[in-house]
Amino acid sequence: MSEQTRDYVLGEHPELPAPDQRSGFVKWAMENLFSSIGNSVVTIVGLYILYLVIPPFIQWAIIDSVVLGAESRRECQAINPDGACWAFIYRRWDQFVYGFYPAPERWRVNLSFVFVAIIIAIALVEKLRAIKGAIWVALALVAACAILIVGGMFGLDRVPTNKFGGFMLTLIIGLTGIFASLPIGIVLALSRLSSLPIFSIFATIFIEFIRGVPLITLLFIASTLLSYFLPPGTNFDLLVRVLIMVTLFSAAYLAEVIRGGLAAIPRGQYEAADALGLSYWKSMRLIILPQALKISIPGIVSSFIGLFKDTTLVLIIGLLDPLGIGQAAIADVKWIALSNELYVFIALFFFVFCFSMSRYSLYLERKLHTGHKR
Amino acid sequence: MSEDFAIKINQMHKWYGDFHVLRDINLEVKKGEIIVVCGPSGSGKSTLIRCINRLEEHQQGDIIVDGIELTNDVKKIDEVRREVGMCFQHFNLFPHLTILENCTLAPIWVRGTPKAEAEEIAMGFLEKVKIPEQAAKYPGQLSGGQQQRVAIARSLCMKPRIMLFDEPTSALDPEMIKEVLDVMTDLANEGMTMICVTHEMGFAKQVADRVIFMDAGQIIEENVPTEFFDNPQNERTKLFLSQILH
Repeated sequence: MSEQTRDYVLGEHPELPAPDQRSGFVKWAMENLFSSIGNSVVTIVGLYILYLVIPPFIQWAIIDSVVLGAESRRECQAINPDGACWAFIYRRWDQFVYGFYPAPERWRVNLSFVFVAIIIAIALVEKLRAIKGAIWVALALVAACAILIVGGMFGLDRVPTNKFGGFMLTLIIGLTGIFASLPIGIVLALSRLSSLPIFSIFATIFIEFIRGVPLITLLFIASTLLSYFLPPGTNFDLLVRVLIMVTLFSAAYLAEVIRGGLAAIPRGQYEAADALGLSYWKSMRLIILPQALKISIPGIVSSFIGLFKDTTLVLIIGLLDPLGIGQAAIADVKWIALSNELYVFIALFFFVFCFSMSRYSLYLERKLHTGHKR
Repeated sequence: MSEDFAIKINQMHKWYGDFHVLRDINLEVKKGEIIVVCGPSGSGKSTLIRCINRLEEHQQGDIIVDGIELTNDVKKIDEVRREVGMCFQHFNLFPHLTILENCTLAPIWVRGTPKAEAEEIAMGFLEKVKIPEQAAKYPGQLSGGQQQRVAIARSLCMKPRIMLFDEPTSALDPEMIKEVLDVMTDLANEGMTMICVTHEMGFAKQVADRVIFMDAGQIIEENVPTEFFDNPQNERTKLFLSQILH
């Protein structure tokens, strides 16, 4: 809010015109796009660039594109050589979603998607969360998803985890990481601030080690080094190792974000909680953490978005996430070198998820705002 | 250790690092007694009452509150804190909870009172401090005076036997001071044991049983209000009173 200061002789305040009463788009555009010559130039150049980029993209991606009726890249080009060949995605859709999960068993994954939707609804919608026992339903559904997807009990065939792939794998790694790392991150943040050296030293070393090492290195440790440390013959599933590493990695970052939130809580809040006789854990749970987590929401969601995108790194240790599936697909002679379509499609998938998370965080911040802080 | 004493402090010393903030404090507070503590800033008044519910730790001497000696024993500290209510200069209400939730939180989670009962009790005390209509609002939507009255109600919901007030009106606009003092006066008239750090000398004259003057970490003078104000003994007290009562 920059207010212009005007020079005028004392006692001779100039008669200023009344503030602009126009409203709506014109006013908005005048204030935001054309408020000065420089801004107007930037606006016009920006609009021109958009004009250069967007129409051709729409022409390629929608108007000229081929979705049905093509079995190979050649057939796509026969129908329309200038458009995107979405037939490639369409024909390979199942692989993008399920990886190499056996076709007759895919209903198990679909059912799990439904369960995950319910779990997310419970986690996000306050009315559902308030229902008694909702948290146990959510935990039961988590277990149900794990049993459904992995199998090996209740008459379900066991599906080896190296058959997992595609978006299903992204969601398994991303959601496990998100839901498991938050509680671990909170505990780490509290430990780091603990007055007991045992906790604070351990937490500090852990956090600094994990943050000091690239995720890809941790994934390599998970995939290769770890088997040297484990006793011979133990078969510790690669996916489980990856899940653990991703969770710990994310937890270390979250811990620092949450520590920032904790530091912002005034000392009076701790004192008021103490004076009322609340124990450490109760005052943390009821007073301090609800406020600290609220402050930390933007940072926490940033971490989650980063984690979700980092799941693509598992490609390097041989897990077939959508990028892995896609790279195999464009190596197929039938669909050779359709990399534009592939990456646009995967980008869209990630954008939808990450953008939803970011919008949800804004909504949450607004909802939790309870007036002035004191 | 007589049972008549709500609080008994015996040769108590406290240091902040090298700084000797409280020196040889001896104080006995009878049940139902109203004590006003005054003195220049930095004299240790706040630190003294914060030692009584162990927000600050003392290094030497004994503090016995309601028959319980304050040591490092966390259980005993919690026991004392359940019986001792405290109001702060900056209210320290919980901004993420409504007024009613602020008041019911400790009874529910510390005393194990059922929610419906805790809410009934809380509404009773909110009526007593004359703001039952604000119960559903958040602290940020209330004025300073209203917030301080909520803070008093919040403490009272724990049914404390002793109330500590740490400069409860110092952060308030003048016209709001009276509404808070009125609530405190009512409380005093009902027989609550109270220790108030305050500069409201009118309040001290009206309700205090004893006034204590502190300077440089020591209790310099202690007397009934009439004697304290009309006939101060110590030079430092005289100077302080001349500055505060124009």
